[in-house]
Amino acid sequence: MENSLKALGFGNVHRVRVGKYLELFLEAESQEEAAARVEEMARRLLSNPVIEDYEYTLQEVKP
Amino acid sequence: MKFGVIVFPGSNCALDSYHLVRDVLHEKVEYIRYDQKHLDGFDVIILPGGFTYGDYLRSGALAARTPVMEAVAGFAAAGGLVLGICNGFQVLAEAGLLPGALCRNDSLQFRCRQVLVRVENSSLPVTKRTAEGRVLKMPVAHGDGSYYAPPELLKELENRGQVIFRYVDAEGKVTAKANPNGSVDNIAGVANRHGNVVGMMPHPERAGEKALGSTDGLALFESMIDFCRGREVPGNA
Repeated sequence: MENSLKALGFGNVHRVRVGKYLELFLEAESQEEAAARVEEMARRLLSNPVIEDYEYTLQEVKP
Repeated sequence: MKFGVIVFPGSNCALDSYHLVRDVLHEKVEYIRYDQKHLDGFDVIILPGGFTYGDYLRSGALAARTPVMEAVAGFAAAGGLVLGICNGFQVLAEAGLLPGALCRNDSLQFRCRQVLVRVENSSLPVTKRTAEGRVLKMPVAHGDGSYYAPPELLKELENRGQVIFRYVDAEGKVTAKANPNGSVDNIAGVANRHGNVVGMMPHPERAGEKALGSTDGLALFESMIDFCRGREVPGNA
C-alpha cells in the first residue's frame, strides 16, 4: 500500500498500516453502562490482548 | 482408549485425523460437535484444521467461544490430552488454553508445502516417541501461522520447555529460509505449562502414510496412545 501511495505521488507517506474498525449498536441505560459492556466485549471477544490494542468511542443515537 | 475430533462450522481437516486414527492406527475415534457440552469417555481431543467461522474477526476467535470449548477447558484442566492442528492451534490460542497468538504470515501469502520441524522437547505425552533434535517432515497449509509471543513470555516458554517444534532446514538448523510464515524464533508448536495441551501449525495427521510423502506424524499419535494406555487401569481397558 505504501508503495502504491508513493507511485501515486504521495512520496512523504510512512508507516502505513491497516487496522480493524468495528461498529455496533447497543441498548443501554447510560453511557457508563454502555462503556462497561463495550469494555467487556472488547476483552472477551473483539480483541486479542496478545497482539492487539483497542480504543472506542460512544455515540448516543435515537432508538 | 478413544479419540475425539471436534467439528466446528468450517473445520475441513477433521476427516484427516479421523481417518488416521481409525484406518491407520486402528483406534476408536468419534466426531464431536461444536455445541456439545460434555467430553466424557474421551482420552484425546483433536482440534482439526480448517477455516472455522470463515476466519471472521481473527482465525479461531469465534470457534474459541463455542460451548464445546468450555468442555475442552475442563477436559484439559483435568489432565486430558488436547492437540490443536493448524486452525485448531489458533482456536486453542484464542481460547487462552495455549500461550501466544497466530498472526498473518509475514509473506502475506497462503503457504502450502512440506516443511521440516525439529523436536525441541521429547518428554511430553505427544512427543515421547520422538527424540530431541529429531527432524520431522510434515505439510503446512495456512495463511495465519506466524507465531507471536512477547519477549518476556517467550523466555518463560523456552525455560519451561513449552516450545516443542521449530522450523528447520535439512541439516536441522533454525534458518530464516526454513521458516514458512515468520514465526518468532521459528516456533512451529507450543505446549501449555503442564504439557497436556499442544498446538502446532504443521499437519501430523497428513503425514501418517507413505502415499502422503511422510509418515513422521505417526509418532505423535503413537506417543499419545502410549500415554493413555499407560494411564488406563489394567484389566479395565
